[in-house]
Amino acid sequence: MDGMHDLGGKQGFGKVLHSRDAAVFHADWEVRANALYSLAVKCGVFNMDEYRHAIERMTPQHYLSASYYERSLTSLATLCVEKGLVTREELEQLAGGAYPLAMPSAPGRGNHAKRTGFVPGDLVRVRDEHVVGHVRMPGYIRGKHGVVISQSPVYPFPDAHGHGIHADDEPTYDVRFEATHLWPQGAEDAQVHVAVFESYLELNA
Amino acid sequence: MTTDSTPHAPIASIEQRLDAIQTVLQGQGMQPAEFIETFDELAHEHWVPSNGAGLVARAWTDPAFKQLLLSNGMAAIRDAGLTMPPHHRHFVVLENTDDIHNVICCTLCSCTAFTIIGLPPDWYKDLAYRSRVVREARTVLRDMGLDLPAQTQIRVWDTTADTRYMVMPQRPAGTNGLSVDQLAALVSKDALIGVARI
Repeated sequence: MDGMHDLGGKQGFGKVLHSRDAAVFHADWEVRANALYSLAVKCGVFNMDEYRHAIERMTPQHYLSASYYERSLTSLATLCVEKGLVTREELEQLAGGAYPLAMPSAPGRGNHAKRTGFVPGDLVRVRDEHVVGHVRMPGYIRGKHGVVISQSPVYPFPDAHGHGIHADDEPTYDVRFEATHLWPQGAEDAQVHVAVFESYLELNA
Repeated sequence: MTTDSTPHAPIASIEQRLDAIQTVLQGQGMQPAEFIETFDELAHEHWVPSNGAGLVARAWTDPAFKQLLLSNGMAAIRDAGLTMPPHHRHFVVLENTDDIHNVICCTLCSCTAFTIIGLPPDWYKDLAYRSRVVREARTVLRDMGLDLPAQTQIRVWDTTADTRYMVMPQRPAGTNGLSVDQLAALVSKDALIGVARI
């Protein structure tokens, strides 16, 4: 989905607030939030793709105003409701107030019907597709071409796995894009490497 | 704010919301309190950047290990007695040279090789870094204190799948007499992400 989370190349953000030896956690509740969603994954309540997708389904207003670990908590709570561990009403009663959750999911999808393998050196193009469910193709590479550098082991296909449906595992390809091609007249010179799932790619005609 | 069933009720505090979900997991028999303690120790004591720093320092001093680290990162991790979570199936180490500088990011969320380089720092997860580093890498790095020569090629690695990356910085000049441990102490988390050189 073209969600708020898909930030690569978005403009208007200010300087990175960088500090040496920056903290990972700022409060105990952040450790708890991270631990609890990790525990739910460990216990098989949901997988990491479902976890990521539930963050992506937060409304843009909520996504942008929430801290990183509030997003984790929102995803965890949303999935616990969707998986039937608790109802929203019970959660709100337990919390003593409103409990914002992510929006409902659109359907997932399986592997691409014309999926084909590639070898290093192939000039490839990212399919010009607009996927309504979970997808791990950052929007800035949609329809763009690049060069295959290498191939990864196979992974669960996120577009299916993020919806708890079955599909064949598939590899990703390390594809090298030129930033000046991704954003013509609007980027600094760099090579941008993205791990692109096989289903997202076609040979560049 | 979202699809609230009770849009007029005040939103519960973050701690109240966490307590509520912890109660739910407790009711499922998942023993969350115990796991929080375990997780806290893992995050603070075991998933630390000195793991990655040790790999780099060993590669600087052992050509065979460097070859292994660059060609088969998972095998190198196993050889060093380190682990990654089961869903991380591929570990790619990116070697900086005089001509090439690598930097990693995750524009979609916050993915990192966290058992090797530590959980990501706050700025790595913030909107500004995620939006800008793929498009304005040179400016972002300069703002963060790394002013690269104009002729240096920058490679940005966006962690969009469960392949995980680590930057291998160049060994600093004048470090010939140092031990592996002393070398590892020079390698910062920022250098393993690629927003600093050493």
